[in-house]
Amino acid sequence: MSRLTIPTPAAAQGVIDALYADLGRRLQSNAVGVCPVDLCSAFVKLCHSQSCGKCTPCRIGLGQLERLLEQLLDGDAGDGTLELIEKTARVISLTADCAIGYEAANMVLRSLKANRADYEAHLAGNCTAHFDAPVPCVTLCPANVDIPGYIALVRAGRYADAVRLIRKDNPFPSACALVCEHPCESHCRRRLLDDAVNIRGLKRMAVDNAGNVPVPESAPATGKKVAVIGGGPSGLTAAYYLALMGHAVTVFEKRKQLGGMLRYGIPSYRLPRETLDAEIKSILSAGVTARTGVDIGTDVTFPQLKADYDAVYISIGAHTDNKLGIEGESGKGVISAVQMLRAIGDGDMPEFKGKDVIIVGGGNVAMDCTRSAMRLGAKSVTCVYRRRKEDMTALPEEVEGAIAEGCEVMELAAPVSVELDDAGAVKGLWVQPQMISNISRGRPAPIKADADKQLLKADIIVVAIGQAIESEHFAANGIETKWGRIVADMDTFVKDNDGVFAGGDCVTGPATAIRAIAAGKVAAANIDRYLGFDHKIGAGVDIPAPPLSPQPPCGRINLPERPAEERRHDFNLMEYPMTLQQAAQEAARCLRCDHFGFGALKGGRTWQW
Amino acid sequence: MAMVTLRIDNVTLEVSENTTILAAAKQAGIQIPTLCYFKDLNEIGACRVCVVEVEGEDRLVAACNTKVSDGMVVLTNSPRVREARKVNVELILSEHDCYCPACVRSGNCKLQDVANDLNILDLAYDRAPERNAPDGNFPLIRTASKCIKCMRCVQVCDKVQSLNVWEVKGTGGRTTIGVKGNKKIWDTDCSLCGQCITHCPTGALRERDDTQKVWDALADPDRITVVQIAPAVRSAWAEGLGLSKEEATEKRMVAAVKALGFDYVFDTDFAADLTIMEEGSEFLDRLQNGGVLPLMTSCCPGWVRFLKGQYPELTDNLSSAKSPQGMFGAVAKSYFAEKIGADPHKIFCVSVMPCTAKKHEVAIPALSDACGDPDVDVSLTTRELARMLREDHVDVKHLEEADFDSPLGTATGAGVIFGATGGVMEAALRSAYFLVTGKNPDADAFRDVRGLDGWKEATYDVAGTPVRVAVASGLGNARRLLEAVKADDVQYDFIEVMACPGGCAGGGGQPICDGEEKAGERGSILYALDKDMPLRFSHDNPEIQALYKEYMEAPLSHKAHHLLHTDHHAWNMP
Repeated sequence: MSRLTIPTPAAAQGVIDALYADLGRRLQSNAVGVCPVDLCSAFVKLCHSQSCGKCTPCRIGLGQLERLLEQLLDGDAGDGTLELIEKTARVISLTADCAIGYEAANMVLRSLKANRADYEAHLAGNCTAHFDAPVPCVTLCPANVDIPGYIALVRAGRYADAVRLIRKDNPFPSACALVCEHPCESHCRRRLLDDAVNIRGLKRMAVDNAGNVPVPESAPATGKKVAVIGGGPSGLTAAYYLALMGHAVTVFEKRKQLGGMLRYGIPSYRLPRETLDAEIKSILSAGVTARTGVDIGTDVTFPQLKADYDAVYISIGAHTDNKLGIEGESGKGVISAVQMLRAIGDGDMPEFKGKDVIIVGGGNVAMDCTRSAMRLGAKSVTCVYRRRKEDMTALPEEVEGAIAEGCEVMELAAPVSVELDDAGAVKGLWVQPQMISNISRGRPAPIKADADKQLLKADIIVVAIGQAIESEHFAANGIETKWGRIVADMDTFVKDNDGVFAGGDCVTGPATAIRAIAAGKVAAANIDRYLGFDHKIGAGVDIPAPPLSPQPPCGRINLPERPAEERRHDFNLMEYPMTLQQAAQEAARCLRCDHFGFGALKGGRTWQW
Repeated sequence: MAMVTLRIDNVTLEVSENTTILAAAKQAGIQIPTLCYFKDLNEIGACRVCVVEVEGEDRLVAACNTKVSDGMVVLTNSPRVREARKVNVELILSEHDCYCPACVRSGNCKLQDVANDLNILDLAYDRAPERNAPDGNFPLIRTASKCIKCMRCVQVCDKVQSLNVWEVKGTGGRTTIGVKGNKKIWDTDCSLCGQCITHCPTGALRERDDTQKVWDALADPDRITVVQIAPAVRSAWAEGLGLSKEEATEKRMVAAVKALGFDYVFDTDFAADLTIMEEGSEFLDRLQNGGVLPLMTSCCPGWVRFLKGQYPELTDNLSSAKSPQGMFGAVAKSYFAEKIGADPHKIFCVSVMPCTAKKHEVAIPALSDACGDPDVDVSLTTRELARMLREDHVDVKHLEEADFDSPLGTATGAGVIFGATGGVMEAALRSAYFLVTGKNPDADAFRDVRGLDGWKEATYDVAGTPVRVAVASGLGNARRLLEAVKADDVQYDFIEVMACPGGCAGGGGQPICDGEEKAGERGSILYALDKDMPLRFSHDNPEIQALYKEYMEAPLSHKAHHLLHTDHHAWNMP
């Protein structure tokens, strides 16, 4: 008899592995708002099934936790049940022999801590949870764009109507078609079958094929004046809707051109200038006045604006840079990402030709700088990051794209100092090798590796480690700030400042375009209400009924890019759109949650807001 | 070995570096409660009752399988430890049939002790013991609702007995212990050694209780009740009855059994002497006349079941001699019946054995040679005897000592040592020497085969013939020995095997003393008895001599063959 055999997975195991993958996708697409107690109970049951059964805490303890949670859910729990759940989980966590048991218990402990109110509500026989996301993509889009609606319109070939529908909630359909981080896709119910619908790709299909779609008629003039400080996505969104509502809106922009970070942060190979300009032009066509090159605090003061206008929306973004705080950082050739991208935004291309360029940072901005540096003709481009590649906050496709274009990503290297020559110009960057280590606040943190620091040769060092907010003028004039951020409520009201609203990056810190747009939309609604009106914004577009076609599992269409070798030399748009054939298939993948499921109960859509 | 210094509670001590926290604590005089732990057999940290706090560790660790390290600081009773222990025991109790008063192990239950010690007064959790399966009247019964999944039964069956009858079945919350291959226990090669019972911390595993049959017979005026008591029983019978070692004498045991009302209390040691006469003669016969060798003893029914289940091709190597229990029954219902002028069908023959496999043996249809009824009607374990004494409220401590009855009550030291591993071999050699040479050797000449080693061997010169003998106890050792025999790696003439480690003294029917292996201690009681016996050779037993003279004629005679030997092919393992 043989002593050993080569293990070969049985066919059944293959199916089980596939089921695990299905379950994983199902969990990823889990609906927002599901009862945390119910979910926790289900998790415990799942974890319990993973137990080998050797040890008491895991074999019996998890079962008792399940029972207790079910009693809680059934309204059968008594005084002390939560304490017993907590105690049991604590002991499992402390005494289970392996991670199957103790991590299951830790999950319960974390759930209990984070959702204590829900657990307590169940003690009284109530559940505070309700299905918050009838249509997951709409719920998860910060601006609540009617995604199933425009996908249906794209499927029907009604591209202009699709643009009208998007504009109901987001006046930047073209920009978002190219640069949106698409949180809508993260919990797409289609993941239950295969993968999320390529929503952004379908939006691009709409805007590319819609032709010129005029903005709706504005409401009759109200006689109210609104000042918007900052002409980025948030400010322009607020301005657009306020103008449609009949208010007289003036946008004050510090820079030469409108667009904010869409222009001064995002390079044109992702968002071509002509696309952005056309979009801004269409927003302005709603009747928005724009004054560029006006710095609030220098040219006009904030108190002055408050006095002159009925309402003010502050959306100044986050346009100043963070410093590394290392020796030599003020040397010649050390620039910030904000500086570099702003110059590019104004067409003032930095001279990188033939130079060794190092970018410090791991976010999307760092990737924008890295890829732009390559396009500017640098001899070498290295992105230096202190964590691992997979820990970068940049989208993985951005990192992969940069590498494909010939950029180097040097992971686990922390900048120590900038090496300068006698003339005070950059010669290189000293980096300390790091080792990835314990997870702290959800992310693996790097620690110093037992290795000597290295000198990386560089002519230019671009620091892309986040942006800060220039809010001093507002702080000096009665606006509360915290770590430079303007403090505003979720409804954009600024406390103790009647008629002053704020939103976008200057409130949240550097975030995404769609979140800034959403804030502008919220501000417009609340400013309208504040001014004493109740204007409604709608699209006036009917939505095709969903066909009852079968939905076989189907691969997701991804958008191809121009070959790396070609695109690395220019700033032209690098992403290709879908073909008609692809768009038809992709649009048909939409499960139409606006109609099926909970959407049917809740009506599926907000026709106007 | 390197030494390390650590602190446990308030005690700083130095121990060798391979010591577990549990063992170190014991050295420090600090008791850490354990439940699933069984030294050297089951150190798997499953119950999580022995958890302790180690300074610098976020989580508690199991003391039973965590090694000490230098500078370690251990807290065995911190608030966290206290809570964790209690919760874990409460969790176990939530799946345990806690109907303790009606449990065979009540008062001798590790779980009960641990729970009581921890002052657990009420149970916070819903109770959901596992459902019980029907027991099928097999001598070995598993009550699932009492099983705490300590895994000791799996370990002893795998590691010690090599039969792998039990296995961990299922996963998750339904993980339990079951019979391998989803079989019924009675459809397996279970040897019925009972080691899983004696290693079970609770009442989840027990022997079938046959005491009622005995009570019925005792109450029946028409039955003549005859009881035989196996050698090893006297080494352990009073362990659970609160008697000191000095009080727990063989004669007091006889008095106790008499107090139950048996008409005759006899000694299986007598039958052991008889076994020696037959088996020793059979050995010489095979040796001298070219019979199947090596001869293998057949007194242990656990071993016989093992061999017939796992090595059926070696069945002819087994001595055809019945076990002492079987010989006794056949003699009781023939010779003895004649002697007292009784109808053998009226004789109710009970045996008290340190053994659970004997319950199977008495039910073998072929073992009904004397009068057509089973030679032995009921086989009780030592534990059942103790339970009967408790049930009858016999004040054993204050009983006057008594002697075995005659004529089946006289034995020699050779019969007594049957209860320890190597004893059969030693007794057989004592008589074989005599049978060949006509004179007795030194009674201690063959003592090399004593001791707890799992596989012992020796070669003795018997009147110029070298006799190669081997002794194994524990079926894992027996398996190794048989494999070596089959592979011709070893050559023996005579092999003694006992299924239980240490022989019958450590038998599966003996009293349970959780966490302890008592075979050595009990075996030495038997060797001490042997040493003090006036007669130490089976052939010198006057009652044996009388039996042959009056009835059996001679060893291996036709009559002896009919009553004292059996055909091992007459029955099969499942």
